[in-house]
Formats: sequence, structure tokens, C-alpha cells
Amino acid sequence: MSHSSMTAGLSRRQFVQAGGALLFAAECPITFASKANAAGGGAMMNSFVRIDPSNVITMLANHSEFGNGAYTVMTMMLAEELDVDYRAIQVEAAPTSPDYYSPLFREYLTAGSVTTGSTWLPMRTAGAKARAMLIDAAAQDWGVAQAELSTEAGMVHHLATKRQISYGQLIDSIHRLKIMPPETVSLKDPSEFKVLGKPTKRYEGAAKVDGSAQFGIDLKLPGMLHGAIARPPVHGGRVVSFDATAALKMPGVVKVKAIGAGVVVLAKSYWQAQKARGELNITWDRGDNDGVSSEQFYSDYRALAEQPGILAEDIGDALGALSGADRVIESVYEMPLLAHATLEPLNCIAQVSENACTIWSGTQYQSNDQEVISRFLGIPQEHVTVHRPLMGGSFGRRSSKTADFTVEAVEAAMGESVPVKIIWSREEDIRSGHYRPLFVHKMRGSLDASGMPDAWHQVAVGQSLMQGSKHDPAYMVRGIDIYSLDGCLQEPFGVFPYGTSYQIPHHRVESHNAPRVGIVPQEWRSVGHTHTGIAYECFLDELADAGEIDPLELRLRLTKDHARMNRVLRVLREKSQWDEPLGAGRGRGMASRIYSVSPIAQAVEISVADNGDFTIDRVVCVLDCGFAVNPLGIEGQVEGGIAFGLGGAAFGNIDIVNGEVQQSNFHDYPVIRMPQMPKVEVHILPSDEPPTGVGEQATAPIAPAVANALFNATGRRVRRFPLSSQGFKLV
Amino acid sequence: MKLTVNGTEVNIESEADTPLLWVLRDELDLVGTKYGCGMAQCGACTVHLAGQPIRSCVTPVSAAEGKAVETIEGQTDAAGLSAVQRAWLETDVAQCGYCQSGQIMVATALLKKNPAPTDQQIDTAMAGNVCRCGTYPRIRKAVHLAAKLIATEALV
Ligand code: FES
Ligand code: FES
Repeated sequence: MSHSSMTAGLSRRQFVQAGGALLFAAECPITFASKANAAGGGAMMNSFVRIDPSNVITMLANHSEFGNGAYTVMTMMLAEELDVDYRAIQVEAAPTSPDYYSPLFREYLTAGSVTTGSTWLPMRTAGAKARAMLIDAAAQDWGVAQAELSTEAGMVHHLATKRQISYGQLIDSIHRLKIMPPETVSLKDPSEFKVLGKPTKRYEGAAKVDGSAQFGIDLKLPGMLHGAIARPPVHGGRVVSFDATAALKMPGVVKVKAIGAGVVVLAKSYWQAQKARGELNITWDRGDNDGVSSEQFYSDYRALAEQPGILAEDIGDALGALSGADRVIESVYEMPLLAHATLEPLNCIAQVSENACTIWSGTQYQSNDQEVISRFLGIPQEHVTVHRPLMGGSFGRRSSKTADFTVEAVEAAMGESVPVKIIWSREEDIRSGHYRPLFVHKMRGSLDASGMPDAWHQVAVGQSLMQGSKHDPAYMVRGIDIYSLDGCLQEPFGVFPYGTSYQIPHHRVESHNAPRVGIVPQEWRSVGHTHTGIAYECFLDELADAGEIDPLELRLRLTKDHARMNRVLRVLREKSQWDEPLGAGRGRGMASRIYSVSPIAQAVEISVADNGDFTIDRVVCVLDCGFAVNPLGIEGQVEGGIAFGLGGAAFGNIDIVNGEVQQSNFHDYPVIRMPQMPKVEVHILPSDEPPTGVGEQATAPIAPAVANALFNATGRRVRRFPLSSQGFKLV
Repeated sequence: MKLTVNGTEVNIESEADTPLLWVLRDELDLVGTKYGCGMAQCGACTVHLAGQPIRSCVTPVSAAEGKAVETIEGQTDAAGLSAVQRAWLETDVAQCGYCQSGQIMVATALLKKNPAPTDQQIDTAMAGNVCRCGTYPRIRKAVHLAAKLIATEALV
């Protein structure tokens, strides 16, 4: 199995030239690359599939594998239509070429849980077209009708004459007969699926139990130097001067130099570099963010939330209804900065020559890496080669818009004749990272005579993810970052084709983009929902309580016109035994969200001790993700998504004081551990809708569901996160 | 300095204070053992030293001199994957997989001491191992399965 294109037997450039303008999916004519020919006459059946005469079937994967199961679902799709064992397929990271850009993002990017949905048709079509060509070749070779042939396990069969031939053995015929891909091809009906929809183990699972899986941090190139970077104490700080006399005397140290990110020590091994870094004497210019503090963010944002923001949605007359209401319920929700803390720390290997650059990087976003590096070095984009190994977690951190952890490696490697590998220590990761931006949501609501929500007014304040980035045109609507309000609007907004699924008669939502200072904001698993989910679902719980309506019943009524969410909620009520009373000291809470278009709801049961220590006894999760391509993978993503969101809500917190991040490692930035992990029951609803991704869906509801359960158990409402800062400790 | 790693004696050139983790990874190319925190907080670097699970990121290589070091690479022998590894595979535990070498090394040590751990004993034994992907429910399941595999295989 080859997880990177390091061993690619094909020059992408030649393929592109020979194939002309290639579209996504299997629209290209068959093309033969000289290298593949030299390696034994392999055939590029289409952009995604190469078959070698030795019967090696290779899938070119245009999405990253960081635990999300991308390689599993993609090989399953290909295997289904091509009639091969999904594990017999070799995976190669597809090169950074527009042919492999996501049709949705128009970039080479794995994000937004789109992999399953956006490869569903292209990858199956690629398999079906390749299969059609193999059938065509066999039919011509044997002089029989195509309809008499069948395929199974990588072989074409002619039952009547008991003949069979492997796919690889047909490649010469495909060359000789100049067989072209069919214009159209029909895909299997779901009733015929042998692989899709079946619980299927992780494609690269075996390599992940014996230590052989190669992550970026594991790669070693001949002569490579290891680099450790001393970074400024404040984000945006700069090196004024440094004294490396002591560091240079340390064993293995080769060079010390200043780069944009700080001062880099290059040594023969990583430990030597890290150790010598401690001997550096650096004078820093602390820069513009010296005075920044997260407490100041909170108070500035609270003040901003009192001012009118940019109006995103104004259904009915929320302001009028609120000013005429007998009772107005008001709350402010505050969510801190969060770090991603991928377990594999960020790292990148770079090699720079006169007019070219190669990086080996665990990245979600290789077209952007390529673009940023080409700009940085002033070389053409296609002279930047990106090799993509497996990644030890990602959660949004590796989709860096600034390409921070790649471009610094390139800078460190400039002027060196050998490749340079930079590894971030955990301390660098926590202190010098990009963060889920801090958000404040001001909420006001009123009820109608029956106790149901009548008016809703929400003002969100936080740093925008997209403002001023190249995504600005697509994701900013009238100055509003649609992620800042994801899941807060009743109507579809911008490129998000969905609303909350709830119907509240008067619904007004405003947004402020907080000043871009102090940090770099970054997507964090489930993105906007990480804060909007808390504000929206907890405040809905407050309205339910004020109106004396059961929170699940309330949502059932609010979603009566949203069939998919309503079904999810009905199943949740039943599966969680929602209406059965719990004993003293126990509590139950729930939340429901639309992630992309897909509904999900969770109910949690907790036990709280008098001192605020609590356990989560059970999480019941019901989701509708369209056709469930791999139920086993989905369950894993749901458990993982819950763990991630729960850790963030329970104790995730990055504090900045005088510009400096106060946390540094897992002892002061705790994450969820085994004893705290609840039992999770996953119910995937059957659906014929096209599949949607689940990598982030389950992260969205867990934080508000737990906060609502704490209220249910104790009568205390948490409005500032994490829960640990409010006396509730998850044990 | 001499170490015995996965049954083979090796000569070490790294400085004596180098953490065993970086000796394994950078000098011996045994990169299955992972760096996650460098301060005994995550368990990704767990190996066995004289049969005991230790955090190799805070263990200087000099402390391992003359002792047997077992890493994830040593868990697979001519007969194939260990029972714990097979249980992991069967349960489809791994997501990103980065923590799993450490998880497997801790689980292996646990099962040697306690062949039939309860959920709570598993939780306690494995509390030092972080999995950012949240594979904890499956790790629990896999430890139970491994216990079963070891018990049945001992009978034959
Ligand atoms: S790297 Fe050793 S415990 Fe984390
Ligand atoms: S599987 Fe990713 S950290 Fe455990």
C-alpha cells in the first residue's frame, strides 16, 4: 500500500498534456503515462483508477486520510462498481492538480465533512467506467457479446465457455484495441450493493495496529536535517536579535537562523535541535498583540453584542414582539478559544532547490499549500510538489489558510542542500496555534400564550474565519461570515442550503465580526456549531423551561414542517426512553442540529454529585446522514465526534494574558480520556437520500445536550464555557 | 551504549540523556512509537522496559541500558499479529491511528497482569493514554476481546 505519491508511477504533467483539459471524475480519455509504461504498461483508466498488467489496481485519492475514513469509503465506492475487493486496491495520494480539486470547493481540500458526499458519484462512476472498458476488451478478445460477460473479484468471466481473465491481463488488450471509456455508464442500483452500506473495516486498519502506518512525522529522507523553532511568546511577534553561541556548541547542531516564524535550530536529530533551542538567547519584538487578553475579548464582545450588528435574518417582527412581551428571557453565552491538539503534532518536511520545492506534509489543504509556497518562493505553482502521508488527526487544524506549518518548513529549508523536517512540540502546538475563535452570543426570547417560543433575537460576536481570505466571496454574505451563524438562521443563507429546521414566528439574527487581533482563527471540528450550537440549543432549553414545555416536545413542535429532523427527534424520544423519569442527582438533556443538510440529535443522561463532579452515563445519538455508506465507520465518527466536542465543552480553554497563551500541554489543556468517555448508542436512520458526511455532525449537539442535562439535574444554567470553569467537573 | 530492542542487541550513539523515544525513532528508525506530548501526559510513546510499560519520552536512554525494550514493532512475530493487535483490528479501533501503538502497548501490559479486566479496571489502566479521535469505546471492547482471545489460545 502506498499512501503518498512518492512512489507514483506516473507523471501527472504528461497525463494532463496527453489527456487535454480534464474534468473531475472519469471524463478523460484513456491516457498512458510514460513512467507507467516503463513500469510495465499500466493504464490510467481515468483520473482515479490505474490498472497495471501485474493486476495492481491503484486508486488516486483526492481526499486526505486523518482518521476520517476517507480511504475506506472511497475504496469501497470504487470496489463496488469495479467488482474488486476494496482492500486489494492500492491507494495513492492524487497529485495537486486541478483535476483532483473538490467540485464543491474548487480546491484540493478535505474539509466540511464533504468527502463521502462529493466522491459518491465520481468515484463510483470511475469504477463503473473502468469496468466497462475491461468488459469491452474481454468481449473483443473472446469474440463474445459484452452482455454475456460478468465480473467478480477482479476477474472477467464468460460463464458459457468457462473462460476467465484478470483485469491486469486485459490491459494489453486495452492498449492494443485503443479502448476508450464509455460516454455514459449506469451505476449499480442500491439493491445490488455488495460493499456499500455494509459495515466495513478501515482500509488501512492493519497498518494502524502494527506500527507500520507512516505519518508525516515518521518520514525520513536521506541527509535530512531536523529543525526545532523557538517561537515568539506573543502571536505576531518578531525576532529582533538572537545569540546562538551556546546552542551552536550543543551536540549535533548544524545551524541556527532566524525565519518568519522565529529562530530555527537545525540539527542531526530532532532531540538535539529541541535541546539546543533551549540554549538560545532571543530578543523579541512582542508586536501588536502584546496587550491582548481573552478576558478583554469577552468584555469587548459583550459590549458589542449590545449594539446592532449586521442583520442576517429578520423573519416577522422580533423586536416588536419582544418589546410588547410580558416577559423577555435574556442570556449571554460565552465560548472560549480552543486548540485542536491533534495527537500527531504538526510537522512538515521541505526541500527547496533553485526553481522548485517539494514538501511532505500531512495536510487537508494541499492546493493552498502549493499556492502559498509558490507565492513565498516566487516560483510557478506547478513547481511545488506536495506529498501527502497519513495524518494523526486533523480536526480542521491542517487546513491552514496561512499554510503556517508548511511555509515555515520551506523557509527553514531555503539555502540548505538537504531536506529539512520541522516538528512542533506539544507546547508550540498549544501556545502558537490557530484557534477556534472566542464567541459571545446575546440571546433574547419571548413566548406565546401556549408557552411556545414566539420571538427570538440573537446577536453573535466573534472573529470571522473567512473575512478577507480568498473564501470571502463565497462565505461572506453582506459582510456576515456564514460560519459565525451556522445553524442559527431559519432560512438557507449564502451557500448553506439549510436552516435550523425550527419555525419560530419572529426570528431576528445579527452578527458582528470582532476585530482580527491576537490570534489566527481556524475551523475546529464542526466549525460554527461549536459555539452556535451551544448558544442556540441552550437558549431554546431556557425558553422550554420558561414555557414549561418538555425540551424534546418543544423541538418536535418546532420541526413539524421539517420531516427529516422530526423523524430523528421521534426516534430519539423512543430510543433514549426520554419520558421515563430518572432518579435524584441525575439529569437528562438533549440538543438537535442540522449539520450541512443532515439532521442529528443527541440525548444524554448524567449523574451530578453535590460538589459538581458529574459523569455522563449514556449518550443516545440519532442521525440521518442520507445513505449510510459504511455504518461501522459512521459509528466510529459519531463516537469520536462526541468525544471531541465533549472534551472541548467540559474543559477546553485557551487563555491569553498579555498576549501570551497560558496553556502549554495536556496537563493544563485537558482532553477527554478513557474514564470520562460515555457509552454511546448510535442509531443511523435508513435513508435513500445521497450520503452526507458524518465527521463533524456528531460534535455539534453534544456540548449543549450536556449543559442542558446539567440544568435538568441541578437547576444551574451554564452560560460560560468550559463547564469546568463553572464548577462542573466531568469525571 | 548497548540496548536490547525487540530481542536484538543494538549499539546506541545518541547522547546518554536522549529520551528513549527519540533514540527509537531517529536512531533506530522504529517510528511506530509516537511523540505526542514529551511530558508523560499522553501515552503515545509507551514501550515496555523490562516488561513494564513506561513513557519513553521522559526516559533517558541511559536508563534502558542493558534492559529489554519492547516496542510496537516487536508485537508482531513470525506467527503474525499479537492477540491484542488482532482484537484491535477485529474491533476496527483505529481512526487516525496515531495513539494506537501506545494504547496497544498499555493494553498488552494490562492483560499480562490482569487477564480479565473489568471496564473500570480498563479505564483506570488506560487513563494515561490520550486518543484525540475518541476511539475509547472501541478500545474498551477490544481489550475485552483480546482477553478472550488470550484465554482461548492458552487452552489450545
Ligand atoms: S509522548 Fe510520552 S507520554 Fe506523551
Ligand atoms: S486514533 Fe487518532 S488519536 Fe487515537
